[in-house]
Amino acid sequence: MGTLDVLSEDEQFIVRTVHDFVDKEVKPVVQELEHAGTYPEALIEQMKQLGIFGLAVPEEYGGTPVSTPCYVLITEELARGWMSLAGAMGGHTVVAKLLLHFGTEEQKRRYLPKMATGEIRATMALTEPGGGSDLQAMRTVARKDGAGGYVVNGTKTWITNSRRSGLIALLCKTDPDAAPAHQGISILLAEHGPGLTVSRDLPKLGYKGVESCELSFEDYRAPADALLGGVEGKGFAQMMKGLETGRLQVAARALGVGRAALEDALAYAQERESFGKPIWKHQSIGNYLADMATSLTAARQLTLYAAREADAGRRVDMEAGMAKLFASETAMQIALNALRIHGGYGYSTEFDVERYFRDAPLMIVGEGTNEIQRNVIASQLVKRGRLDV
Amino acid sequence: MRIVVIVKYVPDATGDRHFADDLTVDRDDVDGLLCELDEYAVEQALQISENSDDDVEITVLTVGPEDAKDALRKALSMGADKAIHVEDDDLHGTDAIGTSLVLAKAIEKAGFDLVVSGMASTDGTAGIVPALVAERLGVPQVTLLSEVSVEDGTVKGRRDGDAASEQLQASLPAVVSVTDQSGEARYPSFKGIMAAKKKPVESWDLSDLEIDAEEVGLAGAWTKVESAAERPARTAGTIVKDEGEGGKQLAAFLASQKFI
Repeated sequence: MGTLDVLSEDEQFIVRTVHDFVDKEVKPVVQELEHAGTYPEALIEQMKQLGIFGLAVPEEYGGTPVSTPCYVLITEELARGWMSLAGAMGGHTVVAKLLLHFGTEEQKRRYLPKMATGEIRATMALTEPGGGSDLQAMRTVARKDGAGGYVVNGTKTWITNSRRSGLIALLCKTDPDAAPAHQGISILLAEHGPGLTVSRDLPKLGYKGVESCELSFEDYRAPADALLGGVEGKGFAQMMKGLETGRLQVAARALGVGRAALEDALAYAQERESFGKPIWKHQSIGNYLADMATSLTAARQLTLYAAREADAGRRVDMEAGMAKLFASETAMQIALNALRIHGGYGYSTEFDVERYFRDAPLMIVGEGTNEIQRNVIASQLVKRGRLDV
Repeated sequence: MRIVVIVKYVPDATGDRHFADDLTVDRDDVDGLLCELDEYAVEQALQISENSDDDVEITVLTVGPEDAKDALRKALSMGADKAIHVEDDDLHGTDAIGTSLVLAKAIEKAGFDLVVSGMASTDGTAGIVPALVAERLGVPQVTLLSEVSVEDGTVKGRRDGDAASEQLQASLPAVVSVTDQSGEARYPSFKGIMAAKKKPVESWDLSDLEIDAEEVGLAGAWTKVESAAERPARTAGTIVKDEGEGGKQLAAFLASQKFI
């Protein structure tokens, strides 16, 4: 695995451990759990034991922080087994990063140690039924209650792991009249309580096993110290920083789905024979495999590049956007071609390929649609004046 | 309590293994890893430690080439406290009897109350080392346990045989071996992996153990490999196509192979 050479010896060991975990524990059970829509309780418990939920938490708060390339490759491994598992830790990591970068010391001490072990799981609430990627147009409002706290009203949707998350990083408007709008946006660290209900479970094409829900806030009260960082109006910039990690994570999930689809197709193309030879020897099939492997390698290198840039402390909204855009489109294409290679079996629910085909589109529309990613990339190109080399 | 877990660094069974000119396995040619059967031994040692009210120190011990450190590292990542690596060029080609001598000397030098071993190695598969080590140490051996516990200076366990399940016990110090039915080995946690590099790993050679080079190695081995040949590739099977005579053809084939 030459890809791992960019990592330290310890981090290589960590990624290999996750690789073994996926092969031995996830692959044998994923089909049954996925088709039944079962929450993977046992696997999540094992992920807690491994330390998956503490990857962005510093040692002083009980975590085992790793480099961003390592985080990407761990996520890829999990998604190779089952994309939903990678989904179950993605938002959690983003919230850990938000706390780490912007939280007050008290907020860090309150949440990070329990998040590191997975005792507290975290999710983020951005999207609303009336608008997804256009965050500035959000309608969820937190008004001062006169005693220093907030009263929150509004609806959020596509909230992963809603019921099981003890902490919800809620993006909302603390000043709905602010101009420009983003200056009135804040993040509240919300916990389940009166006024917060999980109002609906969303039916979906793939991404099974973990819940995606609608959350309703009706006069939900949050104390003053729930405001991330303690200063209002910083939420949009904070979340944009957090989403850099989120986009890298989604890119890595796409890598995992693409890799699983390629691995299955590669094995099948060598086993399956037609016209007296393994089907990979037919040029049409061989060409698919060649293109799948080439684009997957390019997507992984692009994602690792963005990950290294992030660790160098540079702004990577454009790079993470490129990685997310390219890796997700690549995963979809690989999943489709893996289905073609499997022929009728690819359409059968007895094989894993159909799952890759259903899971891949999430990364195209999630964490900012690919259309939004292109907007971000284009505007950054113009702003920066050129593509850095 | 001092527990010594003896582990082996073995060639990856899924790798392409070849013999070197001296008919030992060519280690340079294939990746190695901590023998999977030894992971059960590490797991049981960790569980004994976790269930004990006393302080337990777990030492993992291996005899092997430079790369055998990887096996020790994995055991340390799982939670063992320290490691001993016996490494010496003169050990190349040592058989099970020689290995047991080195292990016994190292265990004595390290100090022990309990030695835990896997049931066999995945490469040699003889499964005799635990018994040999116990004989050399002059302590009781309780082998092939699928359940093991330590209470009040006694090690107890269950050995599942074809005809019966035996409950066995021995007073410490003792040697036990555990089977692959003893409970799944844990994965190293990320914290464990990071902590492992800070744990002590001692390196000993034959002179540290006061063993003469003649007693070990290829020359000291009691068994000698005369020749070795790679197993021939599997040949295609016979396909009987049923065109009305399928049953007869099948019976004829089975008869020709003396199955019926």
